[in-house]
Amino acid sequence: MIEVGTILEEKIFYVDRAMLKAYADASGDQNPIHQNEEFALSVGLPNVIAHGMLTMALVGKFVTDWAGGSAAVKEFSGRFVKPVIVPADQKVDLTVSGVVSEVDGERIKIDLTATSAGVKVLGMSKAVVVK
Amino acid sequence: MLNPDSVGRTFEGAESVTVSQSEIDAFCAVLSENNTTVAPPTFSIRITLEQSQEILSNPEIGLDWSRVVHGDQRFDIKRPIVAGDTFKCSSTIESYKVAAGNEIVTVRSDLHSDSQLVVSTWSTLVVRA
Repeated sequence: MIEVGTILEEKIFYVDRAMLKAYADASGDQNPIHQNEEFALSVGLPNVIAHGMLTMALVGKFVTDWAGGSAAVKEFSGRFVKPVIVPADQKVDLTVSGVVSEVDGERIKIDLTATSAGVKVLGMSKAVVVK
Repeated sequence: MLNPDSVGRTFEGAESVTVSQSEIDAFCAVLSENNTTVAPPTFSIRITLEQSQEILSNPEIGLDWSRVVHGDQRFDIKRPIVAGDTFKCSSTIESYKVAAGNEIVTVRSDLHSDSQLVVSTWSTLVVRA
């Protein structure tokens, strides 16, 4: 039974440079801060960072896996509070969890949390699904 | 700086965009999503961000896209996107403010297929000082 307070079991996604390249191609966002370390450092970033929208897409996958597929999502939002930093030759974690915050008939609202290396990367993230 | 007269204006995308199955497949592959019959919920960013960039980079609007970072993002999805959808995208500059030297712009983009609204997105973009 799904009710307010129902917990969505935490899941860890792993992000590496190959995934950033694949996401850049799939999304059309070829901003070099997501692929070119030299460029990222030159604009004051600590290293290459993941696309905020890749983070959000993975959090979306967490939601759709729970809700029964991509078609279940009606609303989805989030704020990019800190970047996911992706050094070369490493897989970094994106750790996602959620809790049901409202149930209105078939519409279920979920509050989502996403961290990487222990740092909150997505804030104020919510999804509304029909399950 | 963004031209303040731009706030509230709506811009129609010049061309319609047809979604192919291979685009959905590529997006799903990144996420290890096996069901490719519908697009993942954030797929529409592939269409709307490019359109927003095109509009806001227009000299008449005056946003410096090279200094843009993505602040937040919201989707309101009426139905999932499927291969074969042909979208017209209209984008409205909903709000604009300057805070601590950073420009903060919220753009709403509506994707219509056969004059039916399929997805609305709101992107808040921050132009770093």
